[in-house]
Amino acid sequence: MIDQYYTFFFGLYPYIALSILVIGSIIRYDREPYTWKASSSLLLADKGLRIGNILFHIGVLFIFGGHLVGLLTPHWVYAPFITAEQKQMVAIVAGGIAGVIGFVGLTILVFRRLFVARIRQTSSFSDMAVLLLLWVQITLGLTTIPFSLGHHDATIMLKLCDWAQSIFTFQPGAADYIKGLAWPYQSHIILGLTMFVLFPFTRLVHMLSVPVKYVWRPYQVVRSRMAKR
Amino acid sequence: MKVRAQIGMVLNLDKCIGCHTCSVTCKNVWTSRQGVEYAWFNNVETKPGVGYPNDWENQDRWKGGWKRHASGKITPKQGGKWRTLAGLFSNPNMPSIDDYYEPFTFDYEHLQKSPEAKTMPTAQPVSVITGKKMKKINSGPNWEEILGGEFEKRSKDKNFENTQKEIYGQFENTFMMYLPRLCEHCLNPACVAACPSGAIYKREEDGIVLIDQDKCRGWRMCVSACPYKKIYFNWESGKSEKCTFCYPRIEAGEPTVCSETCVGRIRYLGVLLYDADRIEASASVEDEQNLYHAQLDMFLDPEDPEVIRAAKAEGIPDSWLEAARRSPVYKMAIDWKIAFPLHPEYRTLPMVWYVPPLSPIQNAAAKGQVGLNGIIPDVKSLRIPLTYLANMLTAGEERPVQLALERMLAMRAYMRGRHVDGVAMPELLERTGMDTGMVDEMYRYLAIANYEDRFVIPTSHKEYAENAFDMKSSCGFSFGNGCSTGDSKTNLFVSPKRKNLFGGTHVG
Repeated sequence: MIDQYYTFFFGLYPYIALSILVIGSIIRYDREPYTWKASSSLLLADKGLRIGNILFHIGVLFIFGGHLVGLLTPHWVYAPFITAEQKQMVAIVAGGIAGVIGFVGLTILVFRRLFVARIRQTSSFSDMAVLLLLWVQITLGLTTIPFSLGHHDATIMLKLCDWAQSIFTFQPGAADYIKGLAWPYQSHIILGLTMFVLFPFTRLVHMLSVPVKYVWRPYQVVRSRMAKR
Repeated sequence: MKVRAQIGMVLNLDKCIGCHTCSVTCKNVWTSRQGVEYAWFNNVETKPGVGYPNDWENQDRWKGGWKRHASGKITPKQGGKWRTLAGLFSNPNMPSIDDYYEPFTFDYEHLQKSPEAKTMPTAQPVSVITGKKMKKINSGPNWEEILGGEFEKRSKDKNFENTQKEIYGQFENTFMMYLPRLCEHCLNPACVAACPSGAIYKREEDGIVLIDQDKCRGWRMCVSACPYKKIYFNWESGKSEKCTFCYPRIEAGEPTVCSETCVGRIRYLGVLLYDADRIEASASVEDEQNLYHAQLDMFLDPEDPEVIRAAKAEGIPDSWLEAARRSPVYKMAIDWKIAFPLHPEYRTLPMVWYVPPLSPIQNAAAKGQVGLNGIIPDVKSLRIPLTYLANMLTAGEERPVQLALERMLAMRAYMRGRHVDGVAMPELLERTGMDTGMVDEMYRYLAIANYEDRFVIPTSHKEYAENAFDMKSSCGFSFGNGCSTGDSKTNLFVSPKRKNLFGGTHVG
């Protein structure tokens, strides 16, 4: 039974989750562009949002980049410059600081959503669910820090990297790397993948709409019927 | 020269009676939906007053419009592109709902269901956002109606700059006027410039500024960038919305709803031709008082064969050129110079213009203490201070507003002479540079204001751009995926299921 658990959640679920993430997002972008939005609630209550939202986004964007680079950079790329132990310390310190910033911001946002009447009343189930799941997820992530501090040999970090890279390179037996890891790591991964599943169905999609094109676009936009033909 | 056409609007404030018919019909058509209960694409303000939203004319506070730098370049006042992007997580200049007002209805049911009591049952206000009873209504869309409230509050009106405003707090010197406001459909719109998603655009054919609802991501930068605060964030759909200039009607050659229903016949719609190559230069002139003149210089004479040739080269249809020659807006703004842009100093080159209102002659003048220029009273003795109107319409330059008021007074005096006293006095007209032909036409447009003179709207020529056969039985105006055949009641993608207190949800 325990083998099936590992095979499913750490061997198959990543592919299921990523497939839903990609296909779901494409379908939504194509079929329901009107629902694609950041879903800001700034208008209804700006107190708390301003500081909370900025802290949360700075923290979570840093963590997101850290996970991406940290998990998916092969060992041999950074080995000439930095040892695995040093990399682990960088991850713990930098990730920890960003994690705390994100956690503080998110906690403010959770309180605001639960206790400011205008926000509470206008929140959908999915708004609530996403926010609370994110809060649990960031808490689980921070919970792994003491476990990681317990040993300095970076074996866990290397296992997690191997797992993530195996998934993306379609290696068999990826789930084996997770076996025996402490519960916060496992639950953090499972909840993280679940967020991937929820992604196309919630406001989370707005993160795919980073308006980079704005920087080199001319200020004025004119549309012409004639030009369309 | 790149000729473009735009449907512009003129509002004759001299005839506005502040009945709010424009606002109400607009609301019924466009914003009687959840999420935009607080939004009035068209609203009528009593001036002086801080307006709606609160203090909107104070750009030191709201950072709307454009800013000219020492280099001569202009950027949105709230910041350039990087500054705008830095504000994505929390727009520092965004008004909150309390700067507009918390939309409310009343608990009418209680009037019927109240048990017997000694006192009359009352209908308490209920917030349309939270659905909860409100202790007190603190603000509304027209909170200062007919100078409601104390002078101290309405004296914060920015247009009082450079006037000794204290004296207008005295009962004898008080004055008021109405200001109906809608989106200006600017030539140099700040909302378009500030939209990170590129969702807001100006239509080349008729100049109407629209928000592509499918492309809008709700970053809210347009709300703060617009100095007129005429973009509203729909808290329910998470997208920004604005006045559409009733484009489905305009395309069919019909006036906007606000214009059509105006009982005072104060609104005029017509084509203006302008040189699109000069937009940036005109919006960047150094002296704010030259912005009005720079914008006037952009407009092209529709009778000029050179202009007609260039316009045809751009593909502007003949019917539009014909409409431009009969345009009431061209006559009032350019020929007669009696209409002015609202706050040209915002550098957006607005396209909804205003004829300043006349007002009663001050007591002192009536007693003969203040000068009469012959039969025409001196406009300086009008009750509404010239400086106040100039601050609103010409960045403080009084001369053009003065000329407009003098022309209107001269027209009245001349027409009164002709119709009541039976004597034509052409000498009245000379001083203000008018002749009998012009005054006859002005009288027809301003006083009689026939429907066909007020609205000269050519139909859009879709056949040039679209295949009419494909458009047969196609989807009309809808929100989102309204006409999709894949529409189902259980929408996977967060369609709102909340109860709607305002009546009518959008098509999800």
